[in-house]
Amino acid sequence: MSWNRKDLITIEELSSEEINTLFETADAFKKVLGRKTAKTPALRGKNVVNLFFENSTRTRVAFEMAAKRLSADVTSLDMKTSSTAKGETLRDTVENIRALAADIIIIRHSAPGSAGYIAKILDIPVLNAGDGAHEHPTQALLDCFTLREKWGDLKGRKIAILGDILYSRVARSNIWAMNKLGAEVTLVGPSTLVPREFERLGAKVSHDLKSALADKDAVMLLRIQHERQNASAFPSLNEYTSMFGLNADRFSWLKKDAIIMHPGPINRGVEIDSDLADSSQSVILEQVTNGLAVRMAALYLCNGGAAEAAIA
Amino acid sequence: MPRCTIIKNGRIVDPKNNRDEAADLYILDGKIASKPSNEILDTAEIIDAQGLVVSPGLVDLHVHFRVPGQKHKETIRTGTSAAAAGGFTSVVCMPNTSPAVDNAGTVQLIKDIVDKEGVVNVFPTGTITVGRQGEALAPTGSLSRMGIVAISDGGKCVQNAGLMRRALQYAHMFNVPVIDHCQDYSLSADGVMNEGFVSTKLGLRGIHKAAEDIIVARDITLSTHTGAHIHLQHISSKSAVDIIRRAKARGINVTAEVTPHHLALTDSEVESFNTNFKMNPPLREEEDRIALLEALEDGTIDCIATGHAPHTDYEKDVEFDYAPFGVIGLETALSISLAQLYHSKRLSLLGTLSLLTSRPAEILKLNKGTLSEGADADVTLFDPEETWTPQFKKFFSKSSNSPWIGRELKGKVKKTLVAGKLVFDGQKILAD
Ligand SMILES: [Zn+2]
Ligand SMILES: [Zn+2]
Repeated sequence: MSWNRKDLITIEELSSEEINTLFETADAFKKVLGRKTAKTPALRGKNVVNLFFENSTRTRVAFEMAAKRLSADVTSLDMKTSSTAKGETLRDTVENIRALAADIIIIRHSAPGSAGYIAKILDIPVLNAGDGAHEHPTQALLDCFTLREKWGDLKGRKIAILGDILYSRVARSNIWAMNKLGAEVTLVGPSTLVPREFERLGAKVSHDLKSALADKDAVMLLRIQHERQNASAFPSLNEYTSMFGLNADRFSWLKKDAIIMHPGPINRGVEIDSDLADSSQSVILEQVTNGLAVRMAALYLCNGGAAEAAIA
Repeated sequence: MPRCTIIKNGRIVDPKNNRDEAADLYILDGKIASKPSNEILDTAEIIDAQGLVVSPGLVDLHVHFRVPGQKHKETIRTGTSAAAAGGFTSVVCMPNTSPAVDNAGTVQLIKDIVDKEGVVNVFPTGTITVGRQGEALAPTGSLSRMGIVAISDGGKCVQNAGLMRRALQYAHMFNVPVIDHCQDYSLSADGVMNEGFVSTKLGLRGIHKAAEDIIVARDITLSTHTGAHIHLQHISSKSAVDIIRRAKARGINVTAEVTPHHLALTDSEVESFNTNFKMNPPLREEEDRIALLEALEDGTIDCIATGHAPHTDYEKDVEFDYAPFGVIGLETALSISLAQLYHSKRLSLLGTLSLLTSRPAEILKLNKGTLSEGADADVTLFDPEETWTPQFKKFFSKSSNSPWIGRELKGKVKKTLVAGKLVFDGQKILAD
């Protein structure tokens, strides 16, 4: 076991040993999930607060269910119309929640660095459920956990991440995680969404779909939006799909048994053909299931772990 | 009998007169003087400057004192105290106050407060446009008559090139320099730091260098055609330096400044998400930093100015995205400049101090920044070798938003005199 962290804020700061510890813990929890009474007492009596400043039903529900499976009491707060709108600072908000006897805080916030900022303020575990375009550590962990289940490990594997990389916390966390686990990452998409600067993070950058997919073991698609920041990054969703959308023809460019991933929610017919998303090579729903085990492991480890008995 | 002060045994460094020698400095009735009669000398007050540099009081062309309107950040009293503690005896304050300095009455108000509370000389500026809205010209003539030394939209950049052309033409008629914060908003948009590897890694929105370069080129073009003097604030990019260098070679009436932070720090500091590294223009990359140092060496950039921008700790204690831009700089500027230029052996002490005294004074034609006989006796004594460490809440400024908190600096101001009067003794402010 190697895990001495109060918080889970970034993949950048994790060692590969820590990632593997988390995976082993998630393995154990996945077994628990397969049982008839799929619940453990590991966080009994703990108050877990889901603090979501951004809409994300998926991630919020996944954390909620993970905490409940650990027997914690869960409160989910939709902060969209709260603190900031009222002129309260993030510090004030989280100090108030701490004062209400919160034991663990899970935060989703649009500002990069915000989860790390409150982790420094609070003496309780803070889990980052996505801080702007910075990191989304549990997503990367569940992605890599899913690939590890398929392949045994990620060493020497080649993975393409395709889509809106520039604004994607999922891409950033996955680059860190996959590199630490020995995989090679290629980022693909239009030049306006996949800047060269990512090369210094240890990823390859390509704007040519065919050559980028040619020798890959897996392709991870990212949701494409054509609003806000992206409005001027590419001409239209149609243009994007015609240049970079994944369809059966283009999927054949990958290695034969290549895996398709997507953190969801999917834009069917935009970044990926609908049939392909439902195909046997897609692990999109497995990702969701594994997200539960991985988040249970993250909550459990940041809470200081406990006797192995708590898992079994 | 005239009031006399002798500063003894110091190393007098006066860039304006290319003077660097061990000598005594005489002050008679607030002016720099030659050696007076023995009779006067007998009554003189003596300041021992053994081991210290005796410099003209430093001149800062770019500070924000937040008065009127934002006294919670800074007041004229606290701002000028910070100046004195940093060795500055003359400062030019930007007009982005609340209300903005776009009318003669507000200039008068500031002057009245400076008369009452000021510890050092304060030179106000007026705005370029009404309310800094970038839509209509402010009354430059009336503002000039009230004594403003330049116009600027302070923290904002006039986006409309046609309006900026008119501003330069109009100000030129009154011989009023135009000071610009160079930034094209369509490129800087909602950025919070330099656009580059670090912003890509952190997922923070970037402000591209091109936002600065384009306005620098625009302003130089408009100066070329109007003949007006344009002064470019806090230049931060290597490519902007290149544009200015070529303009100067063509004899265009352009001057430029750089802040100590941009000389010393890069955007890698933002990896900590510490909001005391959030400023506008943002900290750039190492190649930019080196280009800025070289630009000071060859005269492409004319002077150092702090951009002293106080914000309270609670305003800065928020998510990086939401923190206001800007850091204080008056109390650390000399140490940082010495470290980057003098201690690093890029420039002599004379050359380094020229960037903080005679050069800035010349740019806005302030009768300051020299120890010439007959000049106002604004004098700063400092120990270039003494080390110190800035602490949170220990600044003379009302705000503590300094990137230097907890970092050891070298070079400490020991005494500051304004018009021959000691206003800072190395520990405390001695005004009134
Ligand atoms: Zn500015
Ligand atoms: Zn400024």
